[in-house]
Amino acid sequence: MSAHEDAHHPVPRTLADKVRAATGLNPARCYQCGKCSAGCPMAAETTLRPHDVMRLVNQDRPDRLMDDESIWLCLGCETCAARCPNECEPARVTDAVREIVAAARPDAAPRAIRAFHAAFLDQIRKHGRLGEMGLIMGYKLRSGHLFADAAAAPGMMSRGKLAFVADKVEDVEDVRRIFAGCAAHGEEG
Amino acid sequence: MKVAYFPGCSMHGTSREYGESLHAVAEPLGVELDEVRDWNCCGASSAHASSRMLAVALPARSLALAEAQGHEQLLAPCAACYNRLAGARHEIAEDAELAGHVKRILARPFENRVAVLNAVEVLRDLGETIKAKATSPLKGLKVACYYGCLLVRPAAVTRFDDPEDPSSMEAVVKACGAEPVAWRMRLECCGGGFSLSRKPSVVRLGRAILEDARKAGADAIAVACPMCHSNLDFRQKAMARDGEDKPPMPIVFITQVVGLALGIAPEKLGMQRHFVSTKRVTSRGNGEATAPAAEVG
Ligand code: SF4
Ligand code: SF4
Repeated sequence: MSAHEDAHHPVPRTLADKVRAATGLNPARCYQCGKCSAGCPMAAETTLRPHDVMRLVNQDRPDRLMDDESIWLCLGCETCAARCPNECEPARVTDAVREIVAAARPDAAPRAIRAFHAAFLDQIRKHGRLGEMGLIMGYKLRSGHLFADAAAAPGMMSRGKLAFVADKVEDVEDVRRIFAGCAAHGEEG
Repeated sequence: MKVAYFPGCSMHGTSREYGESLHAVAEPLGVELDEVRDWNCCGASSAHASSRMLAVALPARSLALAEAQGHEQLLAPCAACYNRLAGARHEIAEDAELAGHVKRILARPFENRVAVLNAVEVLRDLGETIKAKATSPLKGLKVACYYGCLLVRPAAVTRFDDPEDPSSMEAVVKACGAEPVAWRMRLECCGGGFSLSRKPSVVRLGRAILEDARKAGADAIAVACPMCHSNLDFRQKAMARDGEDKPPMPIVFITQVVGLALGIAPEKLGMQRHFVSTKRVTSRGNGEATAPAAEVG
């Protein structure tokens, strides 16, 4: 038994417990009606649809969720949450599962999607804002998709749509402190 | 009305025309936009996909800055920023423990007092002013109002309209003298977040939206989200099926629709910056006859 454990804050053991601790949602409310999946725009492309994710959380199968890219393909559009008759909020459960899975296995997400998020967050850490040019270059380097959309850049530029110089937050140190504070919080939590 | 203004990153880049058209209509409608000094990126879907704390703390910094500037309302025209800012405000209000952590991480005064507004609700509430000032009402223009996902969901966060059957954007379009069409896809997701990383998904989702709007007889799709806009506008070529020969569908920001009705020149609204020609729409604003569909694009 861990030293932290007490009656009020038991150390979460199962995946459902961890999701509950992170979100305050109770995945056990799901009765597998499938309404969430019927409305999910990504269901046509994923092996695990939102109701499958809910079931695997309740069956404590992080392995199944980890071995599949489905959870990383959620768009966060919240259609599932709007359709669910039980307020299960599959989108938020999926968010929490991603965070739990990524903590255990940082390379779990598909490379292209990981590359995009990493490049995006890099931009914010560097400038406090998003330089789209920097985002695209960063994404290409990290994803290996070096020539994707290369033809689009001239069209974007002639329309005045790609800012070359990243817009910058003056007190960018303040933004970096927020990143550090959140990372430190993650380690404590 | 004076509000704090959160431009968001895409207003200076891919969606310049959204910012330009917002500023162009703000003045005649009596809205003063006071930019949040030193605002930072809301983190969008990337912070959201990585850490809940970061997804809340990044928008909270800008909310705290707006508060320090003395504001009670903040306008975030980008639907994605709006969703993240309103979502953070909601989560902090609902969860005292989270609020404590966020305050500690921000290390600045923060009472979570600023309400977050989107452009559609602000324009809806100005409907009467728009009607009164519409010198070039867009008679006969059929508009498919596209909400997408970020404006209306989650219901607990957005609240300004009925999440299942919203009507704000249609009200704005009507105030402009144009005609909203009834269609099915207005609340579906366009896949925006995957624009760079998963193009086939974006093409599949966007194509369904374009086809439905066409079936409903729309001349244009109105949006309030830079990501929806660049997906449906910039990616529209990729969405056409092989050998398909349909007139392209102009994708316009709701602020551009209002600007045209107010008689503002299309160039001031950035309408020349689109990938898909907006002629079908701009020709209405100036009271000219519309070109037949076959001649467009
Ligand atoms: S809609 Fe709700 S109850 Fe039904 S399967 Fe999905 S999460 Fe479970
Ligand atoms: S939020 Fe994710 S799981 Fe829910 S409907 Fe949208 S894509 Fe599907």
